[in-house]
Amino acid sequence: MKSSHNFRKASASAVADEVLGAAVGKTADLLFSMRAAAVAAYPGFEELRDWGRSRKMEVSGDLATFVRRFSDRLEAAGGAAHFARDAREAVEIVTNIARGLGAVAAVKSKSMTAEEISLNEALPEAGVTVTETDLGEFIIQLAGEKPSHIVAPAIHKDRAQVAALFHETLGSAPGLDVGDLVRVARKALRERFLAADIGITGANFAIAETGTIAIVTNEGNGRLTSALPAVQIAIVGIDKIIPKLSDLPGFLRLLTRSATGQAVSSYVTVITGPRRQGEEEGPSELHVVLLDNGRSPLASGPFREMLHCLHCGACLNSCPVYRAVGGHAYESVYPGPMGDVLSPLLWGMDVYADLPDACTLCGRCAEVCPMRIPLPEYHRKLRVLRAGLKGEAAAWKAEAPAILTQHPLLYRTALGIMRRVLSLGRRLPDGIRTGLPGAWTVCRELPHPREGPDFRSWWEKRKSCHE
Amino acid sequence: MKISLLLTCTADLLYPASARACVNVLEAFGVEVAFPRLQTCCGQPWLNTGRLAGARRLALHFLDVFEEAETIVAISSSCADTVRNHYAELFPDSPVLRDRFEAVARRTYEFCEFLHLVPGVKEMPAHPHPVRTTYHSSCRTLRGIGLRGVAEEYLEQMFGADFVSLPENETCCGFGGSFSVKLPELSGRLLADKLKNVSATGALQVASLDLSCLTHLSTGAERLGLKKIRFFHLAELMAGALT
Repeated sequence: MKSSHNFRKASASAVADEVLGAAVGKTADLLFSMRAAAVAAYPGFEELRDWGRSRKMEVSGDLATFVRRFSDRLEAAGGAAHFARDAREAVEIVTNIARGLGAVAAVKSKSMTAEEISLNEALPEAGVTVTETDLGEFIIQLAGEKPSHIVAPAIHKDRAQVAALFHETLGSAPGLDVGDLVRVARKALRERFLAADIGITGANFAIAETGTIAIVTNEGNGRLTSALPAVQIAIVGIDKIIPKLSDLPGFLRLLTRSATGQAVSSYVTVITGPRRQGEEEGPSELHVVLLDNGRSPLASGPFREMLHCLHCGACLNSCPVYRAVGGHAYESVYPGPMGDVLSPLLWGMDVYADLPDACTLCGRCAEVCPMRIPLPEYHRKLRVLRAGLKGEAAAWKAEAPAILTQHPLLYRTALGIMRRVLSLGRRLPDGIRTGLPGAWTVCRELPHPREGPDFRSWWEKRKSCHE
Repeated sequence: MKISLLLTCTADLLYPASARACVNVLEAFGVEVAFPRLQTCCGQPWLNTGRLAGARRLALHFLDVFEEAETIVAISSSCADTVRNHYAELFPDSPVLRDRFEAVARRTYEFCEFLHLVPGVKEMPAHPHPVRTTYHSSCRTLRGIGLRGVAEEYLEQMFGADFVSLPENETCCGFGGSFSVKLPELSGRLLADKLKNVSATGALQVASLDLSCLTHLSTGAERLGLKKIRFFHLAELMAGALT
């Protein structure tokens, strides 16, 4: 299904795409500055980050207990809990429910966890058509693409591209403005909402104390998806658990400010169990698929805090690499800094060996992460892990120059040679521009030492003059 | 007051003038400078590529050379950051080494930070050749050393209205060590964005406290044909103002 991918190649073609760069840069910058303003307007935000981290530490420190508690309380509230060890099991659970119901149509609100298990590919095979109802997801579904941002899935498209897409696929007038495009989508989606047998959602939070799920949206599509169809299925990563209902307001404050700079999202849908006896609305069945898919082992390892990720996207918006290439170059559901770390952990270092390098270690993501996940440190740790997988020969090849550098005389000799070679400048033969110098000169000239004596000679001479 | 200069391999190889300027500026403010000759490289290239055996070797060599030093001043931010924030964690199983590295870390400063904190230099004279100047605040200066606004203040004192701040000055220039050669097309894109911002200021000189960023920026500017813009370590501009 997945192949080891080549981030250098993918990112090189992404940076050559100017429409992509402008579209991603514009929206990421907007989200970044809106976050900054919202955080500045909330004086206790730093303390709130510490609080959020400590609540998540509690969960990741005893994950199995919290998962059990959540599922017990969910079932006590009349919901059905399903455990999926991996993507395949999760898909099977969902398709079995759909087959059992004889369902033919599903609406879906935005869920990266559903993307993670490739649910949209599996449901048609089970005879169910799926409609994405988040505007961004709707756009990319029409375009036959994948989300390129975990919060703003169509960030890579500009208005003109969306207008052309709607014109082609929905038959709307060409060149519509944003307001009209939204109206076209809303009209198309209303019909799908009313016809759907199943509503598929994710969850931003799963509250262990009460078996409640909470969904944060801005378009109301999450609420319609969870309210109109007779059956709701929520795909929830077990990392979404928080301890108590009273924790929810704090986490919502952290999430919406970090994601979109909003004090609160337009909608927060809080669901505890299906429709109860005597109630007139809501689905009669609520299924929650609790997805592990590589999460449990993280709890006891060196990347534990990845389980604290709120999937707010703040690290993406802050990342110079993400802003330059957008999400598709990562060829993973999870792009940007959190994806660089999560993708190799969930799908294997062999598949995503190069993603830990998609980072300049600039540290901006760590500044904005609401959960204070040490993302730059995790990139470094993954590089260590990867180096360990490369074997003895590679290790020696890397260590040999360190041994040389450790010896002052050898180091100075090597530096002297390099200095002489580099000072040849443009007189250097082109043949030297392979390997490291070749990669350097893709976008730069070779450095040349500044004029004058090297520092050590200057120092010695100066000292002897002083004496 | 006596300090030991951490030259850094970048200055050793490429920027003797920056290192000379650091010495001259420190001495101008009454600081006695020592240069431990056995020093080599801090080991950052190994640290950042996951080659911890190599990083440990060079950390230990650093300890050999600098442990006796009263105060250590590095002329490039990322090297100061390595000593300060990463050495101790290389030795999780040795509390003794951790303690020794942490003690050295507490005595290690980046050049501009040191000048501001220790001799407490708050004022730079006006530069005799006022040229429009901007400042590249490197990621490691900002987020590794935690130095914000100090270099800018000195530059403002030296260049007055000719100092212009760089738009998006907290964004990475795209160097990133191994990043620059592992993903050169991407690195080049971030570089071009940074140089576009530099050009927009109309500055003819760019100051920084990180020599690796300067290498990347200056060789990138050369490739893009931006011949008029010159790149300096902050100390070089200070040395110019002090003479």
